[in-house]
Amino acid sequence: MSIIRFVNVNKWFKQLHVLKNVSLEIAQGEVVVVCGPSGSGKSTLIRTVNQLEPISDGEIWVIDQNVADHRTDINALRADVGFVFQHFNLYPHLSVLDNITLAPIKVRKQSREAAEQKAVQLLERVGLAHKKDAFPSQLSGGQQQRVAIARGLAMEPKIMLFDEPTSALDPEMIGEVLQVMKDLALSGITMMVVTHEMGFAREVAHRVVFLDHGEVLEQATPAEFFSAPKTDRAKQFLKQILSPMH
Amino acid sequence: MSQYQWDWLVIFENVTDTDEFYYQWLISGLGWTLLIALSAWVIALILGTIIGTARTLPNKFVAGIATAYVELFRNIPLIVQLFMWFFVLPEMVPTNIGNWMKQDMPHPGIITSIIGLGLFTAARVAEQIRTGILALPRGQKNAGLALGLTLAQTYRHVLLPMAFRVVIPPLTSEFMSIFKNSAVAYSITATELFFQMKQITGDYKPANQIEVVTIVGLIYILVAFSANRIMTFIERRVQVPGYISGGK
Repeated sequence: MSIIRFVNVNKWFKQLHVLKNVSLEIAQGEVVVVCGPSGSGKSTLIRTVNQLEPISDGEIWVIDQNVADHRTDINALRADVGFVFQHFNLYPHLSVLDNITLAPIKVRKQSREAAEQKAVQLLERVGLAHKKDAFPSQLSGGQQQRVAIARGLAMEPKIMLFDEPTSALDPEMIGEVLQVMKDLALSGITMMVVTHEMGFAREVAHRVVFLDHGEVLEQATPAEFFSAPKTDRAKQFLKQILSPMH
Repeated sequence: MSQYQWDWLVIFENVTDTDEFYYQWLISGLGWTLLIALSAWVIALILGTIIGTARTLPNKFVAGIATAYVELFRNIPLIVQLFMWFFVLPEMVPTNIGNWMKQDMPHPGIITSIIGLGLFTAARVAEQIRTGILALPRGQKNAGLALGLTLAQTYRHVLLPMAFRVVIPPLTSEFMSIFKNSAVAYSITATELFFQMKQITGDYKPANQIEVVTIVGLIYILVAFSANRIMTFIERRVQVPGYISGGK
């Protein structure tokens, strides 16, 4: 049973056709890595799942609701779908703790005590309990991204979406964020991850989706995809991204 | 000028033929000035925030109305606006309401000044709030929405708290301006500080004009400077630790 299902999804930015007839299913508990060259539409694709990007045509079913249908309560749906941004997007005026508890208190109507207790647990899980009173600008990029992940998890989402979560990080901070994501992947939550981190894909992804020019060109297990890509464009992409000096 | 008799203590003298003192008039005028400016500021902040926010909303109709408001109130001189509210509006409304405005409304000059100055300044505050919202990284709005907050909650808890911090410096100068702009209220009979200065120096000679005008000028400096310090205090209080204003 798929928890995310794209059915013939198209999106245009004016004349530009950025998603072309995308059909894709992600099963509950599955970890799917979406990769592809820059400009391939992968960030747009992941943003359509919670309608941060509206689509032009087609259907996207998320947790049994069609997000493209204007009758769907999109706020309620978004509360069940965590989203981690490339640039973290923590709320700069709120402490780490308040960043995490804002949505549980305002959307889930949790009590402050319950929300804070949960937030501290999540901070422990991402190794940042000692930073609960810090402000985002006092943290490194890697720490901010781990807080952003904890913020997403505080809503107890059924799905976590990651949009290039390590692309804006200094190289020495990528590892700590990937480690949190790997732990998460093993916890059984459904994850859709746009990333260039092929090590992560190889290690924890169940499936790799290769996107180019807005089209899904390949879907395969990491083992298949990395050892025997079928299309020339995937071969080209892998050659560029896996060569030590590109 | 050689004939001029300097007398800085003029304001402590009796008003001719009365048992009142000039300084009492100035204090009364200052009181009304503060009341007009502060009340107008409340209107300007609330209305300005609503209109500035509305200009950034995805709904084009609402944004359009807000834009029209700003263009209308920003492009007509304040003194003309006050004349319109005070002299023109009572003629345009049904006769009984117009008569009430002209005859029975308490403190018509003061109340009209508060509303007129508030509506005028709201247009200017709105522009600053709008700029502050637009200055935030674009991901902030998505960060609110992605967690399930409604658009209204995202504005309330995510966008506006930062936008206010970003625009405190320009708001400070607007806050100072509202005290200075309140002097225009004299033109519609509000007995504020400038009105009292005109009274003392004009109709009730022989009060020494240079001294009185200078003292009133100093009072305005003191008021505007205090307004500036209050805003600076607020700015420090709400500063986000480690956050450099204008950075991302």
